[in-house]
Amino acid sequence: MKADPKGVLTGIHFMDGDHACCEGALAAGSRFASGYPITPSTEVVERFAARVPTVGGAFIQMEDELAASITLQGAVWAGAKAFTVTSGPGFSLMMEHIGYAAMTETPCVFVDVQRGGPSTGLPTLPAQADMMQARWGSHGDYEIIALCPNSPQECFDLTITAFNLAEEFRVPVMFMMDECVGHMTEKVVIPAADQIEVVPRRHTRKSVEDYLPYETNGDLVPEMAHAGDGYNFHVTGLTHDQRGYPDMTLPTQDKLVRRLQNKILNAVDRITMTEEEQIEGADVVVVSYGITSRVAQRAIEAARKNGLRVGKLRLITAWPFPEKKIRELAAKVKAFVVPELNLGQMVREVERAAAGQAKTFAVSHAGGGVHNPEDILKVIVEASRCRTV
Amino acid sequence: MSDSLINDLVNPVEPFLRSDRIPHIWCPGCGIGTTVNSFARALIDSEIDLRSLALVSGIGCTGRVAGYVKLDSFHTTHGRAIPFATGLKLANPKLNVIVYSGDGDLSAIGGNHLIHAARRNIDLKVICVNNLIYAMTGGQTAPTTPDHSTTSTNPYGVFEPSFNLPQLVEAAGAVYVARWTTFHVRQITRAMSEAFQKKGFSFIEIISPCPTLYQRRNKMGDALDAMKYYKEKSKVRNGAPTSEVGMTMTGEIIVGKFVDRERPDYQTMMRAQYSESLGERYVEEPEMVCDCS
Repeated sequence: MKADPKGVLTGIHFMDGDHACCEGALAAGSRFASGYPITPSTEVVERFAARVPTVGGAFIQMEDELAASITLQGAVWAGAKAFTVTSGPGFSLMMEHIGYAAMTETPCVFVDVQRGGPSTGLPTLPAQADMMQARWGSHGDYEIIALCPNSPQECFDLTITAFNLAEEFRVPVMFMMDECVGHMTEKVVIPAADQIEVVPRRHTRKSVEDYLPYETNGDLVPEMAHAGDGYNFHVTGLTHDQRGYPDMTLPTQDKLVRRLQNKILNAVDRITMTEEEQIEGADVVVVSYGITSRVAQRAIEAARKNGLRVGKLRLITAWPFPEKKIRELAAKVKAFVVPELNLGQMVREVERAAAGQAKTFAVSHAGGGVHNPEDILKVIVEASRCRTV
Repeated sequence: MSDSLINDLVNPVEPFLRSDRIPHIWCPGCGIGTTVNSFARALIDSEIDLRSLALVSGIGCTGRVAGYVKLDSFHTTHGRAIPFATGLKLANPKLNVIVYSGDGDLSAIGGNHLIHAARRNIDLKVICVNNLIYAMTGGQTAPTTPDHSTTSTNPYGVFEPSFNLPQLVEAAGAVYVARWTTFHVRQITRAMSEAFQKKGFSFIEIISPCPTLYQRRNKMGDALDAMKYYKEKSKVRNGAPTSEVGMTMTGEIIVGKFVDRERPDYQTMMRAQYSESLGERYVEEPEMVCDCS
């Protein structure tokens, strides 16, 4: 279906990534956010707080991130599309409720504008060091989806995608911005509402008698009901059966947890988005995401000027990881170069997927700034000289 | 009496329960089931539209209530029933949202949410079953455990002061505060019915026995002894200053309705503020339900 024009600020704007993310949420149909202030993410909800009463909705600033990360889930079960926004320390506090959303299959979006860590770290400076936390931060086995915008325009576009994926798969989607992308101001084009595709809630059409809250068929995603609809359904974070009732037996645990994984993994080709450039015939492929992909671009172009055959693979979807893509490339290239603003997170995934077919070079950075393109270039040159495995 | 007559006999509270989930997990002598019975009777008495009701629990023995009532019911995470309920209520103000949880869940791990929801005066009905201990995990000290009693984590006796919950929530801003014990089943029902009619943050504390952990460890007898204690030592003092209703291990239990006052609730204040500041630009949505077509 098309976006509700009420929330769409159609036009050409000069806007930062945080504000573009807010506009993306409104365009996607989100009318509820709960948050707790934290640099460098707060501008997203500041704008939402100003905008949402004029389009019909609410923002509430909660007492902490524990509250913020579950208030939005209450709103979802009442029928709203909802999200919260945070940065590293707050993201840590939200982990329990990412698990709750995964277990109860609550469609929602968690925006993390990444800053330097660990702990309070670098509140105003960039990092990309929450990437593994986004995937593995809550306890137990589950899958999430994580997207990595690299511009204010993508902060708008991909926030809509994040809400759409959340609804389609009934999964919490991590929107992994970074301080640079959040605070960078660029041109943002917001199309007309009828140009924006929005995925509606998978609300059941079954009768009260026929409805089982966690019954699934082909795509393994159950249909939802909302509080007040008359279905008298039960939702629990305990291991539950198709009725939504607690059933703490081995077969139910196995069936449920595998389904939570498989509903995402079965659709991995459809979910994963990458941007590719000159991959064919490349000796080295630079794998990057977020702000680092823009820094790496300069290094890639410099390397090409020096006659090196360098391809670019930008991860737009970080999770589920585009494993197949890396594996296929690994058979053709000498090496991968993975610059990121952490001491080695997504590079582990690249190395794992390459499975020894190609070498993997990390270009690590502890965060607080971005790479010097020279540092990436040096590693590209080194990687180009390595012998094929 | 004929067989058919016997077969026709239905417990009046049964329609409010998920009979397919019985037997429940609560111990013999536990008071939580008693409170659920009173709750169901309050639903009957108040003729509330069941479709509009949503019940939210946290974690713990009382946290399991959500799983046994035939309502839209949410068993959330430990301590976070109130913020979840806040989201439900804000996104759909037509819902009557009840939070049904225990003393440890609401006042320890969820203590921050308790005071802030009371401060904001979110229109929630909070039913706090206070069994004076963490029961689900095996009898550890709670913020409500009376001085000098023994628990598995204070084996030499509790030496930290306990919370007086009515005083806490009154100070934070609750508009309705009452306390009863599971001996007072009719009073509980009446208090719940009153709270259902009240707009704003309402809090009902129900002192409830835990024979398995609290009483056994403290040599306080069984469930019947608890009822005798509640009967003998409860003093009804409606309107009592909440500063005077603190609990001790074996002393008097002051019960009654302590607070019943008027104060605009969060959403009333929100709408007034938006209307004043934004005028015609304010778009008031009765519900924030997304399009499901």
